[in-house]
Amino acid sequence: MNTDTSASALDIQAPDVQRVACTLTINGQAHQFDIEPWTTLLDLLREHCQLTGTKKGCDHGQCGACTALVDGQRINSCLALAASYDGSSITTIEGLANGDTLHPMQQAFIDYDAFQCGYCTPGQICSAVGMLAEGHAHDAAEIREAMSGNVCRCGAYPNIVQAILDVSRSNDGKGQP
Amino acid sequence: MNRFSYTRATDVSSALQAHHAPAAAFLAGGTNLVDLIKEGVARPERLVDIRRLPMKAIEPAANGGVRIGALATNSAVAYDERILSRYPLLSKAILAGASAQIRNVATVGGNMLQRTRCHYFYDTATPCNKRDPGTGCGAMNGVNRIHAILGTSEHCIAVHPSDMCVALAALDATVHVTGDQGDRAIPFDAFHRLPGDTPQKDTNLSDDEMIVAVELPAEEFVEHHAYVKVRDRASFAFALVAVALAIKLDGDRIDDVRCALGGVAHMPWRDREAEAALRGKTLTPAAVRDFASAMVRDARGRPGNAFKIELTTRAIVRAFEQASGQRLAASDEDRT
Repeated sequence: MNTDTSASALDIQAPDVQRVACTLTINGQAHQFDIEPWTTLLDLLREHCQLTGTKKGCDHGQCGACTALVDGQRINSCLALAASYDGSSITTIEGLANGDTLHPMQQAFIDYDAFQCGYCTPGQICSAVGMLAEGHAHDAAEIREAMSGNVCRCGAYPNIVQAILDVSRSNDGKGQP
Repeated sequence: MNRFSYTRATDVSSALQAHHAPAAAFLAGGTNLVDLIKEGVARPERLVDIRRLPMKAIEPAANGGVRIGALATNSAVAYDERILSRYPLLSKAILAGASAQIRNVATVGGNMLQRTRCHYFYDTATPCNKRDPGTGCGAMNGVNRIHAILGTSEHCIAVHPSDMCVALAALDATVHVTGDQGDRAIPFDAFHRLPGDTPQKDTNLSDDEMIVAVELPAEEFVEHHAYVKVRDRASFAFALVAVALAIKLDGDRIDDVRCALGGVAHMPWRDREAEAALRGKTLTPAAVRDFASAMVRDARGRPGNAFKIELTTRAIVRAFEQASGQRLAASDEDRT
């Protein structure tokens, strides 16, 4: 019978945790991070940068609440490992307004009452801004299809579509003032 | 998520070398892998990040077709001018899958390697021969509405979830891979596998290999094609049944037909015998219905998914209607 209870056998060491250095430009400002490899972009924004506008809904890429713009493209930040986005430029809901002037998409969501509880709203707005930049959706049906990655459990969809339609018809069609 | 180390590859050979480790995995878009790690289904010890390798190009191929780099995103392919004009079937299939946010990140290679969405594969509290070989199959006598009706084995009835791959199968694409033994080209319908005795293996890619590109042949099927996807909601849902159809018509005569099914098997399902039998025939409701029946002649339904057999035949008829612009359903009652 093995009765070895020497200190070394019981000395359970925490495994070495690798840290990854990366630089991300977030809402126009460059930040340096030293993060664990499994840190998602969503957790980095919320826990490391205190930018809690980007929401954690399902955390599996199904609800779209975590949608942020990476180098101008909308993505699910919950499925992105932050380390892989070293050097990228991120825009979150906090970075859309110009000072006290709301982004046209933010203003349209207010004007059209395009939310109830508001939890999905930052993701909806970032997704809508990314969608207009893509330039593939031009009418209500195409907008509904292109926004299918953003779930609203309050069911504000009709007003969300109207808000986006309104922005897409004004300005330069891409929601830029 | 389990703890893993992270390495950013700078070129293909360093990526292959870094991948020589127990439980190493390549990270590309990560839209499936990161989710699987969160669920505890994938438990890699090392991620080799290949996202920045120069394999994103979509360019003319020597065979007269188009070569798509393995790291091109699904969005980049679906909206590429050459793909839209020459291979609209591929574009439609890609845009029928996932959401815009996922398509903006997910890559062509990653799409091909994505895992099944079988509930039991994802639920680590239940047995699954694909996740943990030899433990059994929860789907066989469980909730199997989304599962396979063709090419199943006693070990696994999972389906491959991709839309893109169904179109690539119909278009007779070729997969280019590289590894320690050098480069090789795999015909698309020899890339994925049926479950057999080894359902843990989705593909014939070796552990030391990496997908480099997918090549489309010169033949395009611009005029007559269709991608029909039947699912539980109008968007952002996996296929119950999908049909990628490419046909060539000379008047009413079917000169060529390629038909791949999604949502019904462990891999995109082609039946070259059924296709050969339809070639040269006149496009009539009866001929199409016979072809559709031949496609599912070996299908086996279970209590949860037997509906897929008739659904598949009707989806095939609808695909022929869309591809040809002709009315082919046998009757008003049979409107698919």
